[in-house]
Amino acid sequence: MNTETRELPMTLEPRANYLNDGHSIRSWLLTTDHKRIGLLYMVSITLFFFVGGAAAAMMRLELLRPQGGLVTSALYNKLFTMHGVIMVWFFLIPSIPTVLGNFLVPLMIGARDVAFPRLNLVSWYLFIAGGASALWAIIAGGVDTGWTFYTPYSSTYANGHVLAMAAGIFIAGFGSIATGLNFIVTIHKMRAPGLTWFRLPLFIWTIYTTSLILVLATPVLAITLTLMALERLFGVGIFNPAMGGDPLLFQHLFWFYSHPAVYIMILPSMGVVSELIPCFSRKSIFGYNFIAYATISIGVFGFLVWGHHMFVSSQSVYAGMIFSILSFLVSIPSAIKVFNWTATLYKGSITFQTPMLYAFGFIGLFTIGGLTGLFLAALAVDVHLHDTYFVIAHFHYIMVGGAVMGYLGGLHFWWPKITGRLYCEWLAKLAAVTIFAGFNLTFFPQFILGFMGMPRRYPVYAPEFQVLNVLSTAGASILAIGYLLPLAYLLWSLRYGKPAGANPWKATGLEWKTSSPPPRDNFANAPVVTEEPYNYDAQAAELSLEENSHA
Amino acid sequence: MPDSTLAHAPQFDDASQQRESATFGMWIFLATEILFFGAMFLGYTAYRLAYPAAFAAASRHTLLAFGATNTAVLLISSATMAFAVRAAREKRRTALTVRLLLTAALGVLFLCIKGFEYAREISEHLLPGASFQFDQPYASHAEMFFYLYFLMTGVHALHVTIGVVLIAISGFRAWRTDAFMRNDTAVDLLGLYWHFVDIIWVFLFPLIYLVERHS
Ligand SMILES: [Cu+2]
Repeated sequence: MNTETRELPMTLEPRANYLNDGHSIRSWLLTTDHKRIGLLYMVSITLFFFVGGAAAAMMRLELLRPQGGLVTSALYNKLFTMHGVIMVWFFLIPSIPTVLGNFLVPLMIGARDVAFPRLNLVSWYLFIAGGASALWAIIAGGVDTGWTFYTPYSSTYANGHVLAMAAGIFIAGFGSIATGLNFIVTIHKMRAPGLTWFRLPLFIWTIYTTSLILVLATPVLAITLTLMALERLFGVGIFNPAMGGDPLLFQHLFWFYSHPAVYIMILPSMGVVSELIPCFSRKSIFGYNFIAYATISIGVFGFLVWGHHMFVSSQSVYAGMIFSILSFLVSIPSAIKVFNWTATLYKGSITFQTPMLYAFGFIGLFTIGGLTGLFLAALAVDVHLHDTYFVIAHFHYIMVGGAVMGYLGGLHFWWPKITGRLYCEWLAKLAAVTIFAGFNLTFFPQFILGFMGMPRRYPVYAPEFQVLNVLSTAGASILAIGYLLPLAYLLWSLRYGKPAGANPWKATGLEWKTSSPPPRDNFANAPVVTEEPYNYDAQAAELSLEENSHA
Repeated sequence: MPDSTLAHAPQFDDASQQRESATFGMWIFLATEILFFGAMFLGYTAYRLAYPAAFAAASRHTLLAFGATNTAVLLISSATMAFAVRAAREKRRTALTVRLLLTAALGVLFLCIKGFEYAREISEHLLPGASFQFDQPYASHAEMFFYLYFLMTGVHALHVTIGVVLIAISGFRAWRTDAFMRNDTAVDLLGLYWHFVDIIWVFLFPLIYLVERHS
């Protein structure tokens, strides 16, 4: 990737930028440049995405026929565990924060780097070490506990490499904590002069909230997995019923992390969408303050709803009622955001470039995912839907339809800034539409399957579920093509893409005020902020003024 | 990196921004530590509420004299650490060296006492596992108490060990170089960490040693 800028066809002498600032492997692996670290993460999580995707593909193939037969039941258990662990901890959690966040946070706030650049590099190595441990667990024989590691199965009965897998998540978790800490300090202490909190891009608000969640929730996951591992190693532990321990305590601790983790995945995507919608509607965002406060309140409420995963796990009825109400409440700030985005669109000059297609996809799919979450938050309905494909469909609408759509939208939006190149627009649009269609065909049938009672995590099913399962597998094939397309044309653009220029989308925001790709220190002159964010109205007036004077 | 009072890393505008960032980062790190210990405190609370009699009986088997001495040792070490931070601020190198090394020595003393305590408890068959023995009817729930005891004090001791190593290294740095005379941020951060470790113990001590001692 680093050699590409030398072959710029249009300019003779490429400007010094972070990509041509050193070409050796060492200059990448020992870099402290937040932009390069972002790219290191981008390459690594892309690898993990396709590993996790391969497991999903095997599962969908197995589910083509009711009696299965492609893989053994034991292998099927390992496949869904691998899919869950890899996708959650090694793709979704790091995706936007570590790739786009690393690249953009200092640029967006007008800083030269994050507060602790070496710690930032350490984060990546922790991530890689954790990923290596998880991959080793998979290669050495796999884990069949599911990504949730429920005790006493994981601590006592499960075969396989539970310890290596848990160690991988534990280590990568400390990478997450370090990243979150770095972002919080950077956003607090390193904003450019004039960049007050309420002038920050909404993307920064979401990264800030996400970082708070990373920092406050991940330690709980770390200790919980440690306790599970100790119990597995020594046969004594705080979840062990023989000593009066309660396995439900494990679920409380696990979901205290893992529910907020959903917001680690979705909030940054919301931040991306909040950047895309105003840019491609040529309008200032509607209700900036509402969106900023909604972001924070999603983060806060997100910590108070974990019990909705345990409605049928012998949790007290009263706790269930409270968790149910709180889960309903968390939908309010989410809905506020959706309403604000649609209000921004109203009377905007909308263009349908690729990032905007992903933004639209996000809004539609996230809304479905969010509303079906309300079904599950309702106590009585959840008794019927718990552990069925309805749950699978619901959280894939949030995590894939929401988080991955946002990640791809952001990737396409900032790709010209990251690489200095434009990708092939019609192919990118085709991919966006393919992903949207493939996604819905994969997961919408699963809502119906779940409602009809098909349980999750089984390699076989009743024959009457076959038609919907075949539809779902067909959708997954389309989805796979949709995901491979960007891999191809984005790589292609590195060499053959047209030079992007500093601001191809005519977007506001500090990151567009520096060259593409940006220089090592981000800005030639330290920026000073004098205006509100998303000032597209003023920009439009300026542009038309320029045009008139040229005419 | 050039060393002077005004030296700062290139990503910062000036030395005070760097110092503020480092301190703020340390506070956030301590917040993660609270959550890390928090899960264990939650487990303790849940089971103590569920099995109050067994926890009281088990607590009476802990070695109060060891625990009380160690509490005193750690509190004194926190005081010496606070004096070390002050010495760094006042740029008194000898005082800083002595106080840091004294703090580290008190940390080592704490670990030694804890080690003897563990040894006695293991010889009294209080280590959870196959060799655990306790009077009925509380045997299994007392095992939970001692599991939590070894777990929480063990994780705490790990933090003390890390602190001792860092403080000892800083002590030698203060002795050999004048790095802290130019920039005392590191001593400040170390102080925050050490007080945090101390505070964790202040909570652990009554929860472990003082459960219904009076009866
Ligand atoms: Cu949840």
